[in-house]
Amino acid sequence: MRHESFAAGVRAAGPVVLGYLGIGIAAGVVERSAGLSYAEVLLISTVLYAGSAQFVVTSMLTLASPASAIVLTVFFLNLRHLLLSAALAPALRGIAACKSALLGLQLTDETFVVASGQRRLSPAWMAGLNLAAWSAWAVANLAGAALSGAARDTRTLGFALPAMFAGLLVLQVRIQPRLRAALGVALFSGAAGAGIELAAPGPGAVIGATVLGATLGLALERWKSGPNSSR
Amino acid sequence: MEIRPEFLALVLACALVTALPRVLPLVALSRLELPPWLADWLRYVPIAVLAALLAIGLPAAGAAGLPAIMAAFAVAAASRSLFGTVIAGVALYWLLN
Repeated sequence: MRHESFAAGVRAAGPVVLGYLGIGIAAGVVERSAGLSYAEVLLISTVLYAGSAQFVVTSMLTLASPASAIVLTVFFLNLRHLLLSAALAPALRGIAACKSALLGLQLTDETFVVASGQRRLSPAWMAGLNLAAWSAWAVANLAGAALSGAARDTRTLGFALPAMFAGLLVLQVRIQPRLRAALGVALFSGAAGAGIELAAPGPGAVIGATVLGATLGLALERWKSGPNSSR
Repeated sequence: MEIRPEFLALVLACALVTALPRVLPLVALSRLELPPWLADWLRYVPIAVLAALLAIGLPAAGAAGLPAIMAAFAVAAASRSLFGTVIAGVALYWLLN
C-alpha cells in the first residue's frame, strides 16, 4: 500500500474536503456575521487555518475580549497538535527539516488522521493532502461569508465535523493491530474528555483525555504482550 | 473589503502560537529514533484525540446528535467510506431536526 504522489494525496483528501466544505461554510457564515470583511475571512482561514480556533477567535471578538486572552486561548486549544505532530514524526523520518516544517504547518485533526493511516509518508503525498484540504477550507469560508445573509442554519452543516470525527475514529480503530485495546482507548478517552469538560471546561479537556487514553493504550498493549515484544 | 491592522496582528499572533506545536515535534522527533514505548504510546494518540473531540463536541449538537452519530458509526463500520459517513450523518441530523 504505497500512495506516493501529490495527486494520490489530493485524492486521499476527498472526505476531508467534503467535511471542510460543510464546516467551512458554517465558519464563514459566523465570521461574516461577526463583522469580518471578506479579506479578513480569507486571512484567518488561510493563515490561522484551524477550524475550532477560528470559531473561538470570532466569538471572543464579538464579546470584546482582550487580544492577549484570545491568543492564550488559541494557544491552549491548539496545543493538542503537539501530540499529533509527534505521532506523525516516525512516518516522516529522514525528510529534510524545512520540508517537515512546511508539512507540519498545515497539520489539522482531520489531515492528521488521514495521514496516520500511512506507514511511510512521502512529502509529495502529504503536500497534496494538505493543499487540497487547505484550499477547500479557504473556499468554504469565503462561500459561507457570501451566504451569511441568506443562511440561518449553520448547525446542520456544522454537524459534518462530529460526523467526520466518528468516521475517522472507526477507520483508526480498524487499522490498529489490537482491536480490543483500540476500542477500550476510544471509550475511555471519550468518557475522560466528557468528564474533564464537565469538571473544568476548556481546551485542557482534549489534551488531558488524549494523554490518559494513549497511556491506557500503552498499558493494555504491554500487559497483553509482556514488556519484551514491541510489535 | 479591508483588513483592520489590529485584526491582522491578532491573526498573526494566533497563527504563531498554532504553528509552534504543529511544527516543532515533527521537525525534532523525525531526527530521533523513538524508544518503542513512546512509539506505541503515540500510535494510540489518534484514537484518543478523536474520541475526546467527539465526546466533548457532541452535546452542542443537541438531542439529534447522538442518534445521528450512532448512524454515522454504523455507516463507517459497514462501508469504510468517510465520504458516505459524513453525508449519512449530516442527512440524518437534518431529518431529525
